[in-house]
Amino acid sequence: MSVLLIAEHNNKELKPFTLNAATAASQIDNDVHAVIIGNKCDEAAKALSKLEFVKKVIQVEADYYENFVAENFAPVIVKLADNYSHIISSANTFGKNLMPRIAAAIDTSQISDITKVIAPDTFLRPIYAGNAFATVKSKDTKKCVTIRPTSFDACESSGGSASIEKAEASEEFSKTKFVKREEVKSDRPELGTARVVVSGGRGMQSGDNFKLIISLADKLNAAIGASRAAVDAGYISNDHQVGQTGKVVVPDLYIAVGISGAIQHLAGMKESKVIVAINKDGEAPIFSVADYGLEADLFEAVPQFLEELNKLNTIQK
Amino acid sequence: MKILVAVKRVIDYNVQIRVKEDNSGVVTDNVKMSTNPPDDNAIEEAVKIKEAGKATEVVAVSIGEEKAQETVRKALAVGADRGILVKTEGVVEPLSVSKLLQKIVEKEKPDLVFMGKQAIDDDCNQTGQMLSALLNWPQATFASKIDIKDDKLEVTREIDEGLETIEINVPAIVTCDLRLNEPRYASLPNIMKAKKKSIEQLNASDLGVDISPRIEQIKVEEPPKRKAGIKVASVSELVHKLKNEAKVI
Repeated sequence: MSVLLIAEHNNKELKPFTLNAATAASQIDNDVHAVIIGNKCDEAAKALSKLEFVKKVIQVEADYYENFVAENFAPVIVKLADNYSHIISSANTFGKNLMPRIAAAIDTSQISDITKVIAPDTFLRPIYAGNAFATVKSKDTKKCVTIRPTSFDACESSGGSASIEKAEASEEFSKTKFVKREEVKSDRPELGTARVVVSGGRGMQSGDNFKLIISLADKLNAAIGASRAAVDAGYISNDHQVGQTGKVVVPDLYIAVGISGAIQHLAGMKESKVIVAINKDGEAPIFSVADYGLEADLFEAVPQFLEELNKLNTIQK
Repeated sequence: MKILVAVKRVIDYNVQIRVKEDNSGVVTDNVKMSTNPPDDNAIEEAVKIKEAGKATEVVAVSIGEEKAQETVRKALAVGADRGILVKTEGVVEPLSVSKLLQKIVEKEKPDLVFMGKQAIDDDCNQTGQMLSALLNWPQATFASKIDIKDDKLEVTREIDEGLETIEINVPAIVTCDLRLNEPRYASLPNIMKAKKKSIEQLNASDLGVDISPRIEQIKVEEPPKRKAGIKVASVSELVHKLKNEAKVI
């Protein structure tokens, strides 16, 4: 049977992780259908129909689908579920909020945040914040699976030519009302998806010194991270926290500055492709996961780092 | 307003996780156990609401083995009024937990159910949403701020793009983020007092719910080890390596 992919979008454009989820879906079964639920979302539906792997698009519209309230979305998917063996979405806050509501309604034990499709019923997923990996096999007839977007490549956004079918909306869930969304407006890449992350720890010694991290991040077009110790010390706000109790990041380059490398921090960044550690304590645990360790005083090393980068003119934007 | 708070006993977040040699799971013998961190935020918020005079009773419930009683006891020590322990053995998947909680909700009739957004052992992030689906209640997940307005709640949610605010009618489920509040420590007198509070014990089998696992755990492995890195002698060597060897800048 076919796989149903739940598209994430903003009514105009697809959100990038939909492309990663499409790839994961295609690894389960060739016949990937994608459902888009929204309000006046023709453009996004069209973009969805052009994705590599997507064979059919189902578009469901109503004004109360404008803001992606899970209580409104779940019944639409539940109604479509009969025709599918798997329901797939990203394991970001959109999918995390929505998928369990669908799974419980169809009495399925969900498999969250997979990093690999081993077989259509068998998946690899991190547990204990990535400190262990479990291979799990679902015995349910229907499978609800959320995928870790950074573990799957994005599919091609063109080349597909899926048909777009419209389906009927479900009734509105009146007990939940969307009020507002405050998106963090920043030219800086989002911490969760940035190609480069520069993080500061307790070694920064003050919030003011974090401007060193900011300059380095500006230079590398990087997101800014922090250890829990730096957040607890009040150097930077907690939405920058990387670790088991913060965000898990998987950038191409992670630069840890003045971070000792507590277990809970390592859990949030040790899957990064290349890790750089700058710390004056040569025995700091962060060096055990670093590809390149520099034992140095960060207050000398970071300004030098900036100077060296200024000499290069090939920084990727 | 009555608030039911679900708490889970997990391996303490500061413990280095070790995988068993036979790959059947992770080592839990002689390992420090604690309350799942965001569940502490859930209890804290419920107790704060009660202290503000907006709730009449806070009931803590845990589902797990006999020892999960300690987790309930800790919730009592920070201010929950009484506890419930639903005894189970082995792995209980979030779907089963939500079915057991549904039975407790039907019995206790709370106006609000709070719990952490995710447990730090299985990292599923499912139970709250599943319980609200089963009850057909509103759900406010990843809450970082809760305002009670009569029979409505205004909840700020932490989403990938920033913050979202929703308004939900009571009864409702709220799953709590770590940024919701700063959980207090239990004082010694309160720990003593908590020993006198009651914990009702039930067996999962008495609740008439099928909780047999639907997911077979085939094996648990260590994460792939990182190749040993190198120490560089200077910033210029570092930049050179990043550019020419790792090719990331």
